[in-house]
Amino acid sequence: MANAVSTDVRYDCIVIGGGHNGLVCAAYLARSGRSVLVLEAAERVGGAAVTRDFAPGYRVSSCAHLLHLMPQAMIKELDLGAYGFKLANAAMPTTALSQSGAPLALGVGDTGALMGASRADTLAYPAYAARLRRLARALQPIMTSVPPRLGTDAWSDRLALLRMAWRIRRLGRSDMRELLRIVGMNVYDLLEEHFDTPLLKGALGFDAVLGTNFGPRTPGTVLTLLYRLAAHEGSSILAQPVGGLGALSDALGKAAIAAGATIRTGAAVGRISLQEDRVQGVVLQSGEAIAAPVVISSCDPKTTFLGLLGSDQLDTGFVRRVSHLRSRGLAAKLHLALDARPSFTGLGAEGLAGRLLIAPSLEFIEHAYNHAKYGEFSAEPIFEITVPSVNDPSLAPPGKHVLSAIIQYAPYTLAAGWDRQQQRFMDLAIDTLERYAPGLRASVSCTELLTPRDIEQQFRITGGHWHHVDLAFDQFFMVRPLPGAAQYQTPVAGLYLCGAGCHPGGGVMGAAGRNAAQQVLKAGAR
Amino acid sequence: MNNAPHFKQPLLTTPFHARARALSQLDSFIPWAGYTTVDVFSSVEQEYFAIRNATTVYDLTPMVKYRIAGPGATAYLNRLVTRDVGKLKPNRVAYCVWCNDAGHLIDDGTIFRLGESEYRLCTAERQIDWLLDSAIGFDVEIAEVTEEIAALALQGPTSCAALKDYGLVGIEALKPFEIRHFAVGANEVMVSRTGFTGDLGYELWMRPEQAEGIWDGLMAAGSARGIRPIGSMALNVARIEAGFLLPNADFVSAEQTIYTERARSPLELGLEWLVDFKKGHFTGRRALLAEERRGVRRRLVGLDIDGNKPAHNALVYDDRSGKREIGSVTSAVWSPTCKRNIAFAMLAAPHFKLGSEVWADIYLNRELVWERRMVRARVVDKPFYAPERRRVTPPANH
Ligand SMILES: Cc1cc2nc3c(=O)[nH]c(=O)nc-3n(C[C@H](O)[C@H](O)[C@H](O)COP(=O)(O)OP(=O)(O)OC[C@H]3O[C@@H](n4cnc5c(N)ncnc54)[C@H](O)[C@@H]3O)c2cc1C
Repeated sequence: MANAVSTDVRYDCIVIGGGHNGLVCAAYLARSGRSVLVLEAAERVGGAAVTRDFAPGYRVSSCAHLLHLMPQAMIKELDLGAYGFKLANAAMPTTALSQSGAPLALGVGDTGALMGASRADTLAYPAYAARLRRLARALQPIMTSVPPRLGTDAWSDRLALLRMAWRIRRLGRSDMRELLRIVGMNVYDLLEEHFDTPLLKGALGFDAVLGTNFGPRTPGTVLTLLYRLAAHEGSSILAQPVGGLGALSDALGKAAIAAGATIRTGAAVGRISLQEDRVQGVVLQSGEAIAAPVVISSCDPKTTFLGLLGSDQLDTGFVRRVSHLRSRGLAAKLHLALDARPSFTGLGAEGLAGRLLIAPSLEFIEHAYNHAKYGEFSAEPIFEITVPSVNDPSLAPPGKHVLSAIIQYAPYTLAAGWDRQQQRFMDLAIDTLERYAPGLRASVSCTELLTPRDIEQQFRITGGHWHHVDLAFDQFFMVRPLPGAAQYQTPVAGLYLCGAGCHPGGGVMGAAGRNAAQQVLKAGAR
Repeated sequence: MNNAPHFKQPLLTTPFHARARALSQLDSFIPWAGYTTVDVFSSVEQEYFAIRNATTVYDLTPMVKYRIAGPGATAYLNRLVTRDVGKLKPNRVAYCVWCNDAGHLIDDGTIFRLGESEYRLCTAERQIDWLLDSAIGFDVEIAEVTEEIAALALQGPTSCAALKDYGLVGIEALKPFEIRHFAVGANEVMVSRTGFTGDLGYELWMRPEQAEGIWDGLMAAGSARGIRPIGSMALNVARIEAGFLLPNADFVSAEQTIYTERARSPLELGLEWLVDFKKGHFTGRRALLAEERRGVRRRLVGLDIDGNKPAHNALVYDDRSGKREIGSVTSAVWSPTCKRNIAFAMLAAPHFKLGSEVWADIYLNRELVWERRMVRARVVDKPFYAPERRRVTPPANH
């Protein structure tokens, strides 16, 4: 690395990474009067919430393509509307596609009218959805707060635990018992208890495994489902911003700048520098040194600790835990430039503006997952599809369309290596889509496939993981991403985390960034 | 060395085993780190006095040895142990300890700097997993080489003369903690002026196939110097006199304690002189700094105990009434050289202060009748015995 040269300007806080969490964190810190510098390696902000050109005239949300987790309150508080944030579709319905018959319409959110399921399921669904919603609501405050620590004498920790216990107790006897019964279960068993329509079970189970390293039979999938629902609380349903997710990030950037923050793109941090075991600032890959007593990293924990800080500044036990964090992504992203509006069998115009799932049954998902366990991609993968140009024609040339699909499972480490398999996986994906939307293949003019390996390289996320590190019981809440760094703080004084690897995890939510800012402010470090 | 499957022959034998068995009068062998080794050859007293008055040979092959090499070896070791390894010059040895994240001792051992970027680490316990985990992010290679190296300790006031007689030309110039290589006929030995007795002494490191030849040569050359083989029991007396800690006696590795409360920090063990807070980061540093700020709650000290009955495993009290327990004895022995009843004890604050008076509850088994004595003891400095000859270079020629 080049020798460090110092810049004169000193900041109170440096945020590494201008992903949405970094931007949210910077905005809140700046609003509290801190001088904040955001350093983003890429040429634009957004991280995995970004809109890019992938073919001349075609733009698409590169990783995240649906907004459903960011609290309305945050959008209002940061006044994102004033900075250009607008929804192209604020309530997108979900449709489960079927190859053999009519698709199943789940409507908007979980209160919509179910169409295409068995009579018994149609009757049972509202009660099931309502109960899960109640349970999720009890868990919701967990999402927005800094996790307490166990075994401390601090009143704030005890109070937070008590408050949590109280929320759950207040559910009442029946719901509380149900929560305790199902929280460690797998979503397969849960859905088997309630429903018989394979298409419905597949669609409901899909959300429990999306972005995870799980199949529906993996224990803990009820937790991931509840978690997703809990984050939903108070946010919009499924939404698509005008200009894609990148437009949200741009608005966040503008809000941060308006609050006084400085954002530098194309500024890759090479390392975090310490002095006397305290954060001193950062040194860019260019060799430029910038001082600040507080550094908040939105990079994934492995990048932050092993890459930017260095294991020589950390204890062996801690480094061991960091290197054992499970961070191999399994979600790939496919982008297609289409000459014509795709036509999915049995799907109406309203459906096409929404979210489409290919996950015809729980067994189908489980089979898809089996391959991933052995370093193969799914022979028959599952899909979350949107056609964003339907809601937002600005994304494609007039009359043309963009298809955006998340495909699972495409493991980060492929036994046969991605170099030789990438084209095969793309062909497999397009073949599958063709079966559900006959004629689609012929209208494809350009493609982009991002495997977890590509996501790692292009978005600087170790393993290309949706949540930076798996969202599982042992990497959850009070121990997320790992003990010793679970309250956005780290073993190094002045170094904080604020990315998806922290509680409450990934997804375009902003909670990690906001909680981290809170923690920095609480520590009072200026 | 030994080709029997492990379930038929659970303990390995060292390359000196045939020689040791031939000289063993009591057939008293004990397991040590997976090897069978001698506890006592003939009598503990005779073997002990040979350490202090003549020359002794002790087989330390079972000592676990790791080769640590590579461009990052120095940085690696500096992050591993609490001492500043950067200050250790090639061909020198340093005693050191290493801790887990909580600042609790995992083990103690010796680092031999064999070259610019090659080291040997000798430890009491196997811990390749900890060493490898510590290597994450460092450009270093680590391999266990225990079986590739046979080792003998030659300790006692006539040990230098015995080695000279054996043919190690220039051995008298070797300074404490220094390493030098010698050739005797076809045999090559690496010699370090180190040991576990607190006396003049050396440790010899050699290839296993040359082990018996070197043993035979030493025994023949040393006969005029009163050379004799010793077992672990005699060594244990000497090491207590010398103030050296023994793992699993004076502390239990933090990797093995089930209750964290039972793990020990170097500050508690009186090893703060090995902890260098100024050298940069090492594992456990943050925890140890916090402990230093708080002050230790207990500390291992030397005890000088009235009477002559060793205070094995004695509980220690603040006064004669025995109402308030303040700690316990970890190692105890009647010191034949000091003619004092000595021990190490882990005592609670503030009783570990030098000069404090405490009481040891000693149990005596007299022909199966147990007697109990509350005996006065004073907290004293270690070591109990540190003869000048351990340091003098060149050593006296006797
Ligand atoms: C395929 C895929 C599809 C997804 N779909 C959705 C979805 O539909 N809806 C949803 O809500 N979520 C979705 N997610 C999850 C979501 O995108 C992420 O969890 C979220 O964007 C993470 O945001 P972040 O700010 O925490 O981290 P990131 O977005 O990863 O931001 C970290 C930033 O740090 C920067 N950086 C890294 N190293 C350095 C360095 N050395 N110097 C400077 N900067 C650096 C990176 O360039 C990046 O901008 C998806 C994820 C994937 C992978």
